[in-house]
Amino acid sequence: MVEPLHIGVLALQGAFREHRIMLEKCGAKVTEIRRLPGGSPWGGLEMFDGIVLPGGESTTMGRLLVDEGLLEPLRTCGQAGMPVYGSCAGLILLCREVEGPDGALIEQPRLGLLDARVRRNAFGRQADSFETRLDVKGVACDMEAVFIRAPVIVSCGPSVEVLCRVEGPLGPSPVAVRQGRVFATSFHPELTADSRFHAWFLNICLAWRSAGGFPS
Amino acid sequence: MEKGTIRLKTGLAEMLKGGVIMDVTTPEQAVIAERAGACAVMALERVPADIRRAGGVARMADPAVIKSIMKAVSIPVMAKVRIGHMAEARILEAVGVDYIDESEVLTPADDRNHLNKHDFTIPFVCGARNLGEALRRIAEGAAMIRTKGEPGTGNVIEAVRHIRVVMGELRHLLSLPEEEVPGYAKELGAPLELMRVVREKGGLPVVNFAAGGISTPADAALMMQLGCDGIFVGSGIFKSSDPERFARAIVKATTNYNDAAVLAEVSEGLGEAMPGLEISAIAPEQRMQERGW
Repeated sequence: MVEPLHIGVLALQGAFREHRIMLEKCGAKVTEIRRLPGGSPWGGLEMFDGIVLPGGESTTMGRLLVDEGLLEPLRTCGQAGMPVYGSCAGLILLCREVEGPDGALIEQPRLGLLDARVRRNAFGRQADSFETRLDVKGVACDMEAVFIRAPVIVSCGPSVEVLCRVEGPLGPSPVAVRQGRVFATSFHPELTADSRFHAWFLNICLAWRSAGGFPS
Repeated sequence: MEKGTIRLKTGLAEMLKGGVIMDVTTPEQAVIAERAGACAVMALERVPADIRRAGGVARMADPAVIKSIMKAVSIPVMAKVRIGHMAEARILEAVGVDYIDESEVLTPADDRNHLNKHDFTIPFVCGARNLGEALRRIAEGAAMIRTKGEPGTGNVIEAVRHIRVVMGELRHLLSLPEEEVPGYAKELGAPLELMRVVREKGGLPVVNFAAGGISTPADAALMMQLGCDGIFVGSGIFKSSDPERFARAIVKATTNYNDAAVLAEVSEGLGEAMPGLEISAIAPEQRMQERGW
């Protein structure tokens, strides 16, 4: 019998439960990460076949990532090729550079695995939050997409593939991207009943595990 | 493209889960709260302990105060309106706050009716002491619920009572045979359709935070252990002896509410918590939790 995929969901703050439910619905085993499991140079994170960074407040999560000593080990996992998916605040944590709604750079703790610059609250405040339907290239057509005080990517390096754009205050802006096995969306598939995005991410995790997974 | 849908309203509350929302009265306090890891701030002119002391009529804060706080931080900013005060709510919507608290901490403007919160693009949070109250507020359009507790007291007992009642009534509702649900809806004064939604979902259809009397990291952990999704701290941060440390400690305790070692570590050498008030020392007509219908 094949072992189910084991996904670590960062559970410091935010909508981690919704990701957990979605991943479990797709057949994965999920462990919530609040501190390092410990017990190895990788901090025990190597037991996972993939990592999910949920939506929430990126400043809150950033502060706790530093406090708990999780920032470096998570970054190392991503650099070693472990699949990582971040939604909304998770996207912000993944980007190399973060800017505020006014375009000024913000210094906040982040993993920096995505060669991209992200603008926080790019569409505005809660009154400007919106729902729409999107085609995400290679993943799913006509997906429900929920944008809540959402960020967008304002610029990205050549290694980043844009899977979807949405018309925003800065013109058509990337809201779903991929760089190798690192994925990020501005929107929240976990708040809908549509599990296609999570199923697709799990396929990437399975491929990675089948190819040998974490370098020992 | 759609705005102001119930999913967007409840969705923002989902993103606040596991976090701490802190009362602040100045941009400086807001920055301290954000730096300490608050997931949102509540912009006020006075924290509940000072409202209680000042007496008189407590109203919506000056929009200038709220705007200066919105400018100072990148996290969501909430603000309070009086129960039933449609005009104050429209003002806050125009100011552009991210969430409105229709709050018993302020003096009610209507002694029979709460706001029709469906009518706004901005989401609302409301207080509740029991399941009937929670479901009436949700029926009116609240996208987030919190316990009322007894604000400004630094005494957690009322918040504990309220979450225990809500959770107990939820368990009871989930255990009933279908034919007993209408009678129970009548008993609670709750809409029957929402009682059915709760049964289908296995719980409240919106996020439920703790509020009203939480003043230490252990209080926050207790409320999370009792089943709350996150924490509001009113006077507890900026009425303590070391606000920044208290703020950080409460944030960490909320994340690690089931890890006693972490709770011990963050509780150590914190200094004085806010001064507390015994509930029996407050005359019944002075209790804020009695406000709301």
